[in-house]
Amino acid sequence: MVTVYIDGKPYQVKAERNMLDVCLSLGMDLPYFCWHPAMHSVGACRQCAVKQFRDENDKKGKIVMACMTPAAEGTRISLKDPEAMEFRASVIEWLMLNHPHDCPVCDEGGECHLQDMTVMTGHAYRRTRFKKRTHKNQYLGPLVNHEMNRCIQCYRCVRFYNDYAGGRDLGVFGAHDNVYFGRHEDGVLESEFSGNLVEVCPTGVFTDRVLKKQYTRKWDLQTAPSICVHCSMGCNIIPGERYGTLRRIRNRYNGEVNGYFICDRGRYGFEFINSPERIGEPYLSSGDVPSGDILLLSGKEAGDAKILKGRKILKEGEVLPHLRAVIGGAKGIIGIGSPRASLEANYLLGRLVGPENFHPGFSAAESVLVRQMVSILSDGPVRTPSLKEMAHADAVLVLGEDIPNTAPILGLALRQAVRQKPMERVIREMKIPQWHDYAIRDAMQEERGPLFMATAAGGRLDGIAAGVFHAAPDDIARLGFRVARALSPNAPPIEGSFTEDALSFADRAAKALREAKRPLVVSGTGAGSLAVLQAAANVARALWEGNRNAALSLVAPECNSVGLALIGGPGINNMGIKDAVKAVAEGRADTVIILENDVFDRLDLPDVQALLRARQVVVLDHLPNHTISSLHAGCVVLPAAAFAQGSGTLVSSEGRAQRFYKVFNAPSGRTAESWRWLRDLLVDLGRPGSESLFSLDEVLSAMGREFPAVRGAVEAAPAADYRIEGMKVPRQPHRYSGRTAIRADIDVHEPKPHEDADTPLSFSMEGFEGQPPAPLTSRFWAPGWNSVQSVNKFQSEVGGPLRGVDPGRRLIEVTGMGRVSYFTDIPGPFTPRADEFLVVPLYHVFGSERLSAMSPGIGELVPPPHVVLNKTDAESIKALSDMKEARIDFGFASFRLQVRPDPLMPRGVAGLFPYGFPGLHGVVLPAWGKITAPENARREKEEK
Amino acid sequence: MISILKALWTVFVHLFKRKVTVLYPEEKPYIPPRWRGRIILARDPDGGERCVACHLCAIACPVDCISLQATEDEYGRRYPEFFRINFSRCIFCGYCEEACPTYAIQLTTDFEMSEYNRRNLVYEKEDLLISGTGKYPGYNFYKVAGLSIKGKDKGEAENELPPVDVKGLMP
Ligand code: SF4
Ligand code: SF4
Ligand code: SF4
Ligand code: SF4
Ligand code: FES
Repeated sequence: MVTVYIDGKPYQVKAERNMLDVCLSLGMDLPYFCWHPAMHSVGACRQCAVKQFRDENDKKGKIVMACMTPAAEGTRISLKDPEAMEFRASVIEWLMLNHPHDCPVCDEGGECHLQDMTVMTGHAYRRTRFKKRTHKNQYLGPLVNHEMNRCIQCYRCVRFYNDYAGGRDLGVFGAHDNVYFGRHEDGVLESEFSGNLVEVCPTGVFTDRVLKKQYTRKWDLQTAPSICVHCSMGCNIIPGERYGTLRRIRNRYNGEVNGYFICDRGRYGFEFINSPERIGEPYLSSGDVPSGDILLLSGKEAGDAKILKGRKILKEGEVLPHLRAVIGGAKGIIGIGSPRASLEANYLLGRLVGPENFHPGFSAAESVLVRQMVSILSDGPVRTPSLKEMAHADAVLVLGEDIPNTAPILGLALRQAVRQKPMERVIREMKIPQWHDYAIRDAMQEERGPLFMATAAGGRLDGIAAGVFHAAPDDIARLGFRVARALSPNAPPIEGSFTEDALSFADRAAKALREAKRPLVVSGTGAGSLAVLQAAANVARALWEGNRNAALSLVAPECNSVGLALIGGPGINNMGIKDAVKAVAEGRADTVIILENDVFDRLDLPDVQALLRARQVVVLDHLPNHTISSLHAGCVVLPAAAFAQGSGTLVSSEGRAQRFYKVFNAPSGRTAESWRWLRDLLVDLGRPGSESLFSLDEVLSAMGREFPAVRGAVEAAPAADYRIEGMKVPRQPHRYSGRTAIRADIDVHEPKPHEDADTPLSFSMEGFEGQPPAPLTSRFWAPGWNSVQSVNKFQSEVGGPLRGVDPGRRLIEVTGMGRVSYFTDIPGPFTPRADEFLVVPLYHVFGSERLSAMSPGIGELVPPPHVVLNKTDAESIKALSDMKEARIDFGFASFRLQVRPDPLMPRGVAGLFPYGFPGLHGVVLPAWGKITAPENARREKEEK
Repeated sequence: MISILKALWTVFVHLFKRKVTVLYPEEKPYIPPRWRGRIILARDPDGGERCVACHLCAIACPVDCISLQATEDEYGRRYPEFFRINFSRCIFCGYCEEACPTYAIQLTTDFEMSEYNRRNLVYEKEDLLISGTGKYPGYNFYKVAGLSIKGKDKGEAENELPPVDVKGLMP
């Protein structure tokens, strides 16, 4: 700590900071542009000018940039010095010389950092009569809009896009005062973090193109804190609604989780929620599917309204009696949960059908993997780190997980992790402070810390890795076991030979991890291999023996997979949903309740058919899917609220339980959260204890009593009766407009706002106006700070935790001595089969998650599906080389796909890319399949 | 007693004063041009809708009786998809007019808006839009804004230079 003097007053501050950071952390208002809390100082914009004085006798002082001035003992600055204030106003005036007269039609307006800073410096009138410089715009894809005239040349965009997020296709062009920020030509921005430009750019150059379709100002959005549902990382988000549709998603800072950024899948994947195909009413299926024969429909057909034709809508008051009859007449009920539904919904389904009949909706393979993952994390000795800690790791080994595509934000953290080691050296040797961004980057040059990637196919992080290794899952696992053995003699020895490459990779990785202060092992369920997970656990354990700071992060498949594993179903040997199929096939159950799950994704086709042949099937979901379109006549479909239309709790890969809150009520009126449907049903059936399951809090505490592993979920956010000064926290900003006109075309009497008994938030603009506790923060706004930069005012210090503590509650902490010891099941080397390929999933950030892929913006970016084969393999399949299309046959199902030969793909392995493409249903990967040239194609060729 | 007589006397004196009541509606009163009456949406001199759907009037309105949705034509010109004023709530304060950056929303001298049914006081865009420029002739927002619309490309607005050639290196 050092003492600095700001406008004559002494303050105790941290020494490793700069004065801009210090002023903002102290809550002062000092304008800035080029500085960004995550990307630090470059001193380019000259906006943060202050007067610095040598000592208390220095009355003259000199103008310096606060962001480039270290907080040293005795530093004296003045913000209020008239010369400094005039300087700042002049800087704004220069920036505004060429700024267009756009505010009313600019999507940044009302949350524009440039507007805020202009007002803050007091520059109000344009004095110049010169003509303004103009620029042409570019088409940058469906997500980000470009309006180059508004640029103030702060360089934040390229610093984020290239330096921070590793993008390569955004740059600065031109010379002197003609610089241009864009691509070398029109085209879609490549980085999966491009949407952050919208928040990073302090002006309206980069704006949200999806929001533009139904533009709404920030002050008109009804918002609530929420959690991203498009991967297992649990990024915190702020969805905003207007007129009954979700308009946009913004990042919600959480110091431990996503920090300042989210990926484009999270930002733009929400549009499915507004789909006209949403199930809006409870109905009985018409069963227009040819009986006994479930078709593999293409994605298009699945959403086709045709399927809904002939269905019978259940009227208000008919639903519960019908369900009561269904359940009353059942000879055994089975519940199939969902890793994308909330903890509460899964818990209540378990309660409805009884624990022995509740099957988490995992596929058999996934079930084993997720359970293993949770047991490694909770019973092993190695701690699972938060995303923030991962960004500070100084050596990383990735085993089997395609991070940028399955857990994008973790990819961003790893991009920061590779900077740690060289950065520490530069800070130590050259005495450059960490916030001096360009100096640090210049001193580091291209030097990177150790990142070792072992994955099935090439990926976007390969370029920054010190070592890459592409192999079949078994070989990746063997590599991991080898690294573990190199790190500790206690790890199991490993037999068999390794390639030269593998040996060097393993040795180098082991050395780097051993030398690191904060080594990190990353793996996950994405490779579909238990051995890979266990190998990662071994490496982490071996590291931990010598370094208690070692960390292990495992990526789960979906947003609540970990939560489900913590509450779900019988024992670790459970075969997931396959057990449910058995129960139906053996006649032990004839009624199935499926919660927010498409069983076509979890089961092979024959099993799906067996399951859906149950006498009665009840499905709760948001959108028609293959399960719903394959229901026989009379099955019940209930409309379930999607994430922003309900409240609940999700558990991320880190084991962090986080509450998401209802942003708005689904317009259909009959849509309800799944847990509410199930609660109503429990009450209706008069189940014991159901009368005390009224609110979300009661459901949570009942769940906590039954499953101590998730008891912490109760504390993830304040309870519904939480009040500040006797008031609820409003979901609408205090400037929300149109209250007395929005519904005036329907009725001139304004309705009473919706009551919300489940949360401390209200559907109104009335309530507590100050800063609520972090888990209830619905928007970032502070007087004078309308843009997202106001987040500075919500943190305990710039870049630190939100005031109080960052939201969420970790459910998995290591207890010290692990019960899980070394795994010894080492697979043999992978041997390609003569007539079959091991078909593995290859992920893509856009397309491998179904809900986001249904959103038009993201949908446009989903790559066309194909099968990736090693070049030699592809050539070895007769007739394939000129057909370019292959038939992949799993026996019970087959697919025709374009072939893409790839020299990086291991021999004998075929990758389906992007995993999750529409039409890929009824087969669980990895699986063995035959690959041939398609019949008719071959015939056509012969005819020619 | 005395006070009653005083009052009677005052009334009596007033009998000989000049009458101020007029026989409305036969006789129309003088309404000054800055009167804050019925709100209209004006057009720009080219006949295009002046309102650019910036939402500033809506946020300025103290009773929140303006509601609109922005949309764009295929060339990027922004305008309101719907624009609704609930006159049964409006207090004719004129803040909306003051906030409007384009002179689109204007209060006029018409005050004869009474209705038997409150519903009829809800005006939609069709009811608000007039065919002229209203009180402010001449101004055309898109002529001074940097945004390009149909018929006005980058660099063609007032006070603009032609678009920069970013590949040029001349000083
Ligand atoms: S970038 Fe900000 S200041 Fe510039 S036009 Fe847009 S809202 Fe106005
Ligand atoms: S485009 Fe935005 S972020 Fe980039 S330099 Fe211009 S104003 Fe700054
Ligand atoms: S005159 Fe006042 S109350 Fe009426 S619409 Fe305008 S701002 Fe609202
Ligand atoms: S302030 Fe003017 S331009 Fe903006 S929405 Fe209202 S009427 Fe339209
Ligand atoms: S913020 Fe300090 S110079 Fe830009």
